[in-house]
Amino acid sequence: MTELVQTEPSPAPSLGTRVEIVPIFLFAAFAAAPLLATVSGAEGYVLSLLTRVMIFGIAAMALDLILGYGALVSFGHAAFLGLGGYAVGILASHGIDDALVQVPVALAASALFALVTGAISLRTKGVYFIMITLAFGQMLYFLATSLAAYGGDDGMTLPSRSLVAGFSVLKSDFTFYWICLLCLLGTYAFSRAVVASRFGRVLRGTRDNATRMEAIGFRPFRFQLTAYVISGMMTGLAGCLLANQAEFVSPAFMTWQRSGELIFMVVLGGLGSLHGAIIGAAAFLLLEEFLPEILHAASFFLSDEVRDHLAENWKMVFGPLLILVVLFARGGIMGLLRRPRHG
Amino acid sequence: MAEPLLELRNLRKAYGALVVTDNVSLSVTPGELHAVIGPNGAGKTTLIHQISGMLPSDTGSILFGGEDITSLPMPQRVRRGLARSFQITSILPGFSALENVALAVQARSGSSFRLFGKAAQEKNLNDPAMECLSQVGLAARAHVPAGLLSHGEKRQLELAIGLATEPKLLLLDEPLAGTGHEESLRVVETLRRLKGRLTIVLIEHDMEAVFALADRVSVLVYGRVLATDTPGRIRENPDVRAAYLGEEELV
Repeated sequence: MTELVQTEPSPAPSLGTRVEIVPIFLFAAFAAAPLLATVSGAEGYVLSLLTRVMIFGIAAMALDLILGYGALVSFGHAAFLGLGGYAVGILASHGIDDALVQVPVALAASALFALVTGAISLRTKGVYFIMITLAFGQMLYFLATSLAAYGGDDGMTLPSRSLVAGFSVLKSDFTFYWICLLCLLGTYAFSRAVVASRFGRVLRGTRDNATRMEAIGFRPFRFQLTAYVISGMMTGLAGCLLANQAEFVSPAFMTWQRSGELIFMVVLGGLGSLHGAIIGAAAFLLLEEFLPEILHAASFFLSDEVRDHLAENWKMVFGPLLILVVLFARGGIMGLLRRPRHG
Repeated sequence: MAEPLLELRNLRKAYGALVVTDNVSLSVTPGELHAVIGPNGAGKTTLIHQISGMLPSDTGSILFGGEDITSLPMPQRVRRGLARSFQITSILPGFSALENVALAVQARSGSSFRLFGKAAQEKNLNDPAMECLSQVGLAARAHVPAGLLSHGEKRQLELAIGLATEPKLLLLDEPLAGTGHEESLRVVETLRRLKGRLTIVLIEHDMEAVFALADRVSVLVYGRVLATDTPGRIRENPDVRAAYLGEEELV
């Protein structure tokens, strides 16, 4: 035939076959961190900070599954954190303090909430989808504030961390850290599998061109709803862990600001890579934690009074910094990491 | 005459006062290549949208294989064997050409709710997909991201995707739109090979291609079917000539 057919031998499909260095490095760092924490002397502080990073990593990754791979901007994802947290809290206050009961209940509640709200929200598109997920999130938030028996506005303190099969293994911060890392690794491996599967391919196809998918016989709604439920359940799991980490649950788990932060973590890390979301969560939380000190140190040339003011009002730097990342680092942190390799 | 595969009965579609499809009745017999031609704005693409299920019809009915499909959504029509291509290329630009086609294979083979196993490496999806790509002459470009293909290659890819749904009837909305001479020759050649194995409804502006390929031609003007006949007799039809006068020359 003509010359077009014979032109350059096509490159082999690269997706999935090449060894990815970023996630390996990321999980190695999480695995090595407890050692460093012991050396640092402030192990309690470092462990609890990194545990939070991993928990939010799970939540951000769950959001990335529908946002990065399905183009579904859920602005109410914190609701699932709250559902997970309150499942632990409410059951514990009734004396059911085993994670083997609490976690399944949390997952079931998250799945049900995702199924019902998703079935309604997914009938809308674009801005309307954002607004309706926000509305459902707020609905749950106000429900939590009105639960007087469970602390209402103030939330409630857990009597202790959950038991596992009757043993109080989570009491140790180290063990809890490892459990969270295991959950992170598990959900990451699961998400990777989902994304590459038949199901994931339909989801990605729907993100790129829903009309085309319908024209080859798929009904996008079913796939989007399933993804929404999976994502909700993973976030619910993160909520269980978060309640245990803080030994406290409150409506603050599910404010709309929290939902916004989750979106920000995903965008900051880079959409649609899963480990990017974990990196985004880490960058967000660590910046939030250390920016005051960084600012204080970086402004050594200014007077002490100005330096204190700067450190105190670190959020005035934090906001613009995030905006700059989004503006100039398209593809987030993962985009920056990827760029050199592709020339 | 055999029972028609596709039958339109008094199909109508209006946007306000503008009647885009005006009482169209048409029947397509199994195995034929039925071309629909007409001047710009005649409502050809709207008709395809209605047949494929992208647009609802106001009144009238669509029968496919004797079954009334007027109220079925597009995905279900596709599953019954009614596939379409788009006038404005509609592909998944981030997916490789092979994956574009493999997805169409996936749609009709087994469940797509499998959460595990790498879909991109499934032989029973990739092999039939490769076969479809070969049929349109794109096999060598299978692993190129679809967005990087040339315009003509994208048109061929559209065709391959349509074929991969294993249709009984293929609706082609201007498969030659925007292609160069070489490329259009290749698409025409592919259509000639498909002809007879598949029933095809072809909308096309390229009269040379239409008259070379079609078994029957329907002329659509202002949403109405002016005439349906063999290419030879359509060419001689005075009404058709009048409708096209000053538009373009009938070859």
